[in-house]
Amino acid sequence: MTPIGRRLRSFSRPLPEGRGRRSAPLGAGALRAVAAAVAVEERGAAQRGAGGPWDRAVRRMEPRRNGGGADEKPRRREAENPRRWNGSGTGAGSAAAGPEQCEGGGAACGLRRDSVRKNRPLFPWFGLDIGGTLVKLVYFEPKDITAEEEDEEVENLKNIRKYLTSNVAYGSTGIRDVHLELKDLTLCGRKGNLHFIRFPTHDMPAFIQMGSEKHFSSLHTTLCATGGGAYKFEQDFLTMGDLQLRKLDELDCLIKGVLYIDSVGFNGHSECYYFEHPTDTERCQKLPFNLENPYPLLLVNIGSGVSILAVYSKENYRWVTGTSLGGGTFFGLCCLLTGCSTFEEAMEMASHGDSTKVDKLVRDIYGGDYERFGLPGWAVASSFGNMMSKEKRESVSKEDLAKATLITITNNIGSIARMCALNENINRVVFVGNFLRINTISMRLLAYALDYWSKGQLKALFLEHEGYFGAVGALLELLDSA
Amino acid sequence: MHIHLHTDEAGRGAGLAFKMAERGGRGSGGHGSLDKSITLPPDEIFRNLENAKRFAIDIGGSLTKLAYYSTVQHKVARVRSFDHSGKDIENEPLYEISVQEEITARLHFIKFENNYIETCLDFIKDHLVNTETQVIKATGGGAYKFKDLIEKKLGLKVDKEDVMTCLIKGCNFLLRNIPHEVFAYQKDSDTEFRFQTNHPNIFPYLLVNIGSGVSIVKVESEDKFEWIGGSSIGGGTFWGLGALLTKTKKFDELLQLASKGQHTNVDMLVKDVYGGACQTLGLSGNLIASSFGKSTTADKEFSKEDMAKSLLHMISNDIGQLACLYAKLHNLDKIYFGGFFIRGHPVTMRTITFSINFFSKGEVQALFLRHEGYLGAIGAFLKGAEQDNPNQYSWGENYAGSSGLMSTSPDVYPMQRTRSGTFDMFEMDRLERPLVNLPLLKDPSTYIPDTVDLTDDAMARKYWLTCFEEALDGVAKRAAASQPDSVDAPERAEKFRQKYWNKLQTLRQQPFAYGTLTVRSLLDTREHCLNEFNFPDPYSKVKQKENGIALKCFQSVIESLDSLGWEERQFALVKGLLAGNVFDWGAKAVSDVLECEPQFGFEEAKSKLQERPWLEDSYSQWLERLKGPPHKCALIFADNSGIDIILGVFPFVRELLSRGTEVILACNSGPALNDVTYSESLIVAERIAAMDPVIQSALKEEKLLLVQTGSSSPCLDLSRLDKGLAVLVRERKTDLVIIEGMGRAIHTNYYAALKCESLKLAVIKNSWLADRLGGKIFSVIFKYEVPCK
Repeated sequence: MTPIGRRLRSFSRPLPEGRGRRSAPLGAGALRAVAAAVAVEERGAAQRGAGGPWDRAVRRMEPRRNGGGADEKPRRREAENPRRWNGSGTGAGSAAAGPEQCEGGGAACGLRRDSVRKNRPLFPWFGLDIGGTLVKLVYFEPKDITAEEEDEEVENLKNIRKYLTSNVAYGSTGIRDVHLELKDLTLCGRKGNLHFIRFPTHDMPAFIQMGSEKHFSSLHTTLCATGGGAYKFEQDFLTMGDLQLRKLDELDCLIKGVLYIDSVGFNGHSECYYFEHPTDTERCQKLPFNLENPYPLLLVNIGSGVSILAVYSKENYRWVTGTSLGGGTFFGLCCLLTGCSTFEEAMEMASHGDSTKVDKLVRDIYGGDYERFGLPGWAVASSFGNMMSKEKRESVSKEDLAKATLITITNNIGSIARMCALNENINRVVFVGNFLRINTISMRLLAYALDYWSKGQLKALFLEHEGYFGAVGALLELLDSA
Repeated sequence: MHIHLHTDEAGRGAGLAFKMAERGGRGSGGHGSLDKSITLPPDEIFRNLENAKRFAIDIGGSLTKLAYYSTVQHKVARVRSFDHSGKDIENEPLYEISVQEEITARLHFIKFENNYIETCLDFIKDHLVNTETQVIKATGGGAYKFKDLIEKKLGLKVDKEDVMTCLIKGCNFLLRNIPHEVFAYQKDSDTEFRFQTNHPNIFPYLLVNIGSGVSIVKVESEDKFEWIGGSSIGGGTFWGLGALLTKTKKFDELLQLASKGQHTNVDMLVKDVYGGACQTLGLSGNLIASSFGKSTTADKEFSKEDMAKSLLHMISNDIGQLACLYAKLHNLDKIYFGGFFIRGHPVTMRTITFSINFFSKGEVQALFLRHEGYLGAIGAFLKGAEQDNPNQYSWGENYAGSSGLMSTSPDVYPMQRTRSGTFDMFEMDRLERPLVNLPLLKDPSTYIPDTVDLTDDAMARKYWLTCFEEALDGVAKRAAASQPDSVDAPERAEKFRQKYWNKLQTLRQQPFAYGTLTVRSLLDTREHCLNEFNFPDPYSKVKQKENGIALKCFQSVIESLDSLGWEERQFALVKGLLAGNVFDWGAKAVSDVLECEPQFGFEEAKSKLQERPWLEDSYSQWLERLKGPPHKCALIFADNSGIDIILGVFPFVRELLSRGTEVILACNSGPALNDVTYSESLIVAERIAAMDPVIQSALKEEKLLLVQTGSSSPCLDLSRLDKGLAVLVRERKTDLVIIEGMGRAIHTNYYAALKCESLKLAVIKNSWLADRLGGKIFSVIFKYEVPCK
């Protein structure tokens, strides 16, 4: 029984013990395969055939065998930056640590040396954020593949690239948000496009199954994942998909993603925007906002639940609070109240409803403004307050209920965010999260509420890539680790 | 109107269950046609209407709270000294006792369902004889809705008052006047309700009123408050959304559903998101990540109970979180919660408390008020009564006329008392004198008068409740016997017996009904019930006789004391004080002896006393102290009439005076058992002065001052004493406080810390208590304390 309070910071660094659970047994066979494994590192692992845990075990062993005296080096790095390396899981750690050891390792390491200099992990590059309701996947599609590279590219990898980039929907529930695609991005020296894909968390088993069927594990890439699901599904990835996830802290990823996407911009446009005249339908307009000097800012991430962070610098941020009244609450209540079954449906209904039939406004009680307290008549005095009356319950439409639910949840988030901003003495509040997807009503309302109740002191800001920042952060962690 | 009045059904206290035969009158507001015949007069509820004036009404969404000021005529026993000049003193009683009618002010508050409003207004109209009343103050959302009805029915002009102003006025009034008004709620504890000591400074605080919406108000002083925020997610959301989700119409039924539900079926918990990793990550997996996060599907059915529970958690958590954010921003640590969402519902108090603890990390305390439902009505009343200056007086809760706090939770209170059809009452008496802290209390904010908290201590509670039950027949008999000339005395005595018996049964079920249950509150409740049935002073004749007898022995006692050497005399004085204290009609062991052995006297009492070393014995330190310089001024709280005051206390006072110590002798303002009252003490002092030059000159020179405590309790609450006493204590630079008797020095104040030297002495006349303290019956407590510098 409790409010959200996802004190995620508490476990973010250092990451706790136990993720090395997968200390694969090392047998004699593993050692024999070392040379081959080293050789194919950069080119992709598909041709290694056998694949599976053995290969990874081998790779992990490799430095000790080849590097000899250099053995100490990776450990020192681990000590210096325990979080990064611990967080990477065994497979990922070795993939990154391995090449360094290889430098004196002979001709077979040529390509790998190249990769080391360029600090690049193996393709494919994914970032995964497994939330309570939605899985967000970002995929970097390299567009600068040379003919030679293409030749060497394993079939699996090619298939994955083709599959993801040539479709906009996957199965019945997976969707690529084409409008969000970032074009001609340079990441780790590679040029390409960043794709944004989402599907419901309850389809996670199917996703893992697919990964398994497509022999994803044979690619020996590192799958960086964040969100609670990175933990929840870790074992499934391992047993069903033969994949070791590199689990990353949700909030680290979120902030990293926000700062990065904002810095690269949205295909030449500003990622960050705000609403001018948010309640005036005529004059309301979305305007770019320059988030060049972002600190301090209050970051409000509205997923199924809500997390609020005070960000003072790239490295310095604090989880302030959270609330369990989030996107999941809106959608969950809408399903119960209206019988809808998708977020889109709920939003569509909400956009046609009239919440003032459902809510009791200040003017419903006082006939107008409540001047004693400076409360305007239009303010909601009691969300769903009119529904105490049987007659009124019978006269409202599903659309009205959906709208009231949306307004209730949004106002509440606005209220909590405003109080946090005041307590933290921060005046810029950035709202992100998938609750805001196709949800201009909420964004305008947040913009208005923040402005009105703070008498213009607080500004609500929004980002185009709404719910994808965690996944982007996870991808960046993958690249950083190289 | 058919009113079946179940006065004090077992376990229901004064919760008078009205069952009104409704004929179709359904729906909200429902002033449908009600059967108008009255089978029992509801004057048990709308009491003292004939003198009522200054009406106020607070009409909420479902409950109406009516307030009025009335005067109560009740009998008081007065004592008057005879003019003895030239008469044969020997055969005359010491003084005259007369029973007189006295008029005191009382505030009546009655809470009932809006459904009964029309019937109740009719009843009030029929019984309202006071023609001066022209206006009724009104507050609450329903004040608008029912304005015309009230004006039509009562012929009074409705004068509307701002809701929040009324709430805050009411809140301040309760915080100042009612001890144990405030409590914290503890979920998994034997004592659900943790009552708080009244802090001398009640400001600033945050009042979170959860009606259909939520208002958050910062209160800085009596007249200064500010609405600092609010939320639209409140009781109306629970009710409205709950009704939509569960098709359950009534608020109470929704709460019932919620108390049976499992929110984990509907809410997405952290462990649902993180899986089994929560433990290794140090996450609390049971935290709610997303309220209703599991109902994001059209195919699954969810139970009403589960949805109601989830909704309750969602709303309570949200309010708690906002309240904490506001408390933090304004740097406040006391949050009082009120409004119909809370209104004594354990399930909402529990979730709110949890939320506040969670979000404030224990830094802020969620507090609730026993009479929360009456805040608005009290405030509206005060607005209308400003010319009577109600804030100038001290007020006290009348336990006899008040229903007490009821638990509505079926698991807390198995004899489910449905809220509907129930009339709840709250009465406050205007005290004759304003009450204040004893200036010598070491720390008024932590002072707790009572030694044993019977809400906490189940063993002790059982014992004392039984003890009071067993003594009840005797008390009722004595009450009847005290008024031999009154025809209806036996009938009233029986009514008293019944009423107090029912109070005791209520307290067995709900020890928290009137705040922390203590021996003091049990004694006080008994006194209130006696007064209720016009037995103002059942012991007046006993006291008169005993005072007469004791006075006759005074001189010989003084002579024998004076014949002793200094050190022997000091001991004899203390022993006399203790022996006098044996004469306590409040103790059953003693009253049994006194009833059958009328000749039992001072010497017999001395022989009953425990030999030194006493159970608590700091006599040697006291003797050493007496060898030193005299005290400046001693404040003595006297106990019983007769031998106690005359042969125990007065010789002791005389010795102090002889040493050069001034003495303030404080006696009760009103009668309680055979405790000496202030007016009796005046006569006794006068008679002693006639015999004793030391006392005579001390009275004349104002070195001996007789004052009243402001109390009518056999116990002593040092935080509620007559203001005059407090002033005098300060003026005379009192440096010694002597508290005598079981009620004042053991049941209360045994652990009281004072700024000056103190002497607490008593004879334990109850074997259970003696056993508890590790002694036997007639064990002696002699506790001399010097505050550490």
